[in-house]
Amino acid sequence: MIPDVLVEYQSEIWVSIGETFVLVGFAILAALLVGLPIGTFLFLCRKGQLLENQFVFSSLNLIVNLIRSFPFLLLVIFIIPFTRFVMGTAIGTVAATLPMMIIAMAHYSRLVEQSLLDVPKGVMEAAVSMGASIKDIIFKFLYVEARSALVLSMTTSTISFISYSTIMGVVGGGGIGDFAIRYGYQQFRTDLMIYVIIIILVFVQFIQYAGITLARKIDKR
Amino acid sequence: MITLHNVSKQFESFEAIKNVSLSIKSGEIYGIIGASGAGKSTLIRMMNYIEKPDEGSVVIDGEALDQVKHKRIRHIRQSLAMVFQGYNLVGNKTVYDNVAVPLELSKVPRRDRAERVLESLRFVGLETLKNQYPGQLSGGQKQRVAIARALVNNPSVLLCDEPTSSLDPNTTAEVLEVLKRINERLGVTIVIVSHEMEVIKSLCQRVTVMADGKVYDTVENNPTGVHHMEHSAEGFVKRLRSGGDANDS
Ligand SMILES: Nc1ncnc2c1ncn2[C@@H]1O[C@H](COP(=O)(O)OP(=O)(O)OP(=O)(O)O)[C@@H](O)[C@H]1O
Ligand SMILES: [Mg+2]
Repeated sequence: MIPDVLVEYQSEIWVSIGETFVLVGFAILAALLVGLPIGTFLFLCRKGQLLENQFVFSSLNLIVNLIRSFPFLLLVIFIIPFTRFVMGTAIGTVAATLPMMIIAMAHYSRLVEQSLLDVPKGVMEAAVSMGASIKDIIFKFLYVEARSALVLSMTTSTISFISYSTIMGVVGGGGIGDFAIRYGYQQFRTDLMIYVIIIILVFVQFIQYAGITLARKIDKR
Repeated sequence: MITLHNVSKQFESFEAIKNVSLSIKSGEIYGIIGASGAGKSTLIRMMNYIEKPDEGSVVIDGEALDQVKHKRIRHIRQSLAMVFQGYNLVGNKTVYDNVAVPLELSKVPRRDRAERVLESLRFVGLETLKNQYPGQLSGGQKQRVAIARALVNNPSVLLCDEPTSSLDPNTTAEVLEVLKRINERLGVTIVIVSHEMEVIKSLCQRVTVMADGKVYDTVENNPTGVHHMEHSAEGFVKRLRSGGDANDS
């Protein structure tokens, strides 16, 4: 049932999958802990919104755009000195989580901002009219109303993070993508490469399915 | 009591409200009528300071809102509940949870909420729908949920901006009946904005007629007042349309 090559390389594959989990896991964490607040803040600073602030909005918007439009491979290399400064080293899976986290924050914050734009203006207005504080408006109205969009955005982001993680081999970050390149491509084991790609595809499909299912389940509108 | 003193409001270069003064007494049902774009919504939104006037002042029970801290304004808003044309319910919350929101905001302990939420829902006749989501309700039911939500914190005033404008005549009558009962039984002051004469006539004691950002007149809801409202107000609006200044008359 399981192809021989996979059995042969199973320990390396498991280690690679573990590294991918670390890279993507930290990216998700950064997306939730930093990207979500930044995206929310971006939304609230927009014209006509509660914390309307042209200067803050434009600045944040520019930073997010810059990070997002930077070719990721070049970003990883470009920030090596910064990575070394922050993480103590620029090489290895742990160090590689830094660029992953940076792109994750920018990526998810933009999707969060877009998701919140879909919350009806009237709901925000009702919240304000009830005397809700900003914190209440965010947690009792915005996130409640946008929750399935936020889940779908997280799904999209996670899939992008997996894709981003496949190049982390350039800084010794490892991961399943790096495995495919090193063993499948560089050692001419095309079959191995194909199997790894299938593993990734199955995994992505699963995430997509889980995300859509959850989003549907929590959408009561 | 709600008093507006010479309030004005501009959007970019457009004057939406021009030097309006009016005073609403505790316990009355007060109507504001006028054509689309007259400034009715802007005016009622000034009463809870969702819209801040550029000039003039808004005084609620003796407190001038431009003199108090934002936190105090948020507190005052909890006693001036608002009802909207588009209901503005949270779609992902059940009817029960929607009505409970104002109690959460004012930090009423969870164990004390249930009784008040159910009482409020009973008042609008929707207790049985408490576990439904707004998307499963008709327009009239949604508006009654919104009214229950507005009522749950025992407000002294209900500010209603076109509460029946999205409803058919039967449902409109239902909602108006609920509003009337709120005023009679609970003594809640009601301010209602509408462009429908019938709605205003069936409910209000006093009516302000607005056109082009100005108050044309404030009349009693009696035959003389209604006659005045229907005829002169119409002329007023027409004169405005043809470019004359209504203040000259
Ligand atoms: N936020 C805003 N920005 C720019 N213009 C606005 C804004 N709010 C209202 N206006 C303008 O001010 C005028 C009065 O608007 P308002 O909503 O108060 O009218 P209304 O009497 O409630 O009309 P309707 O019956 O259509 O609801 C309109 O011409 C409107 O276009
Ligand atoms: Mg209006």
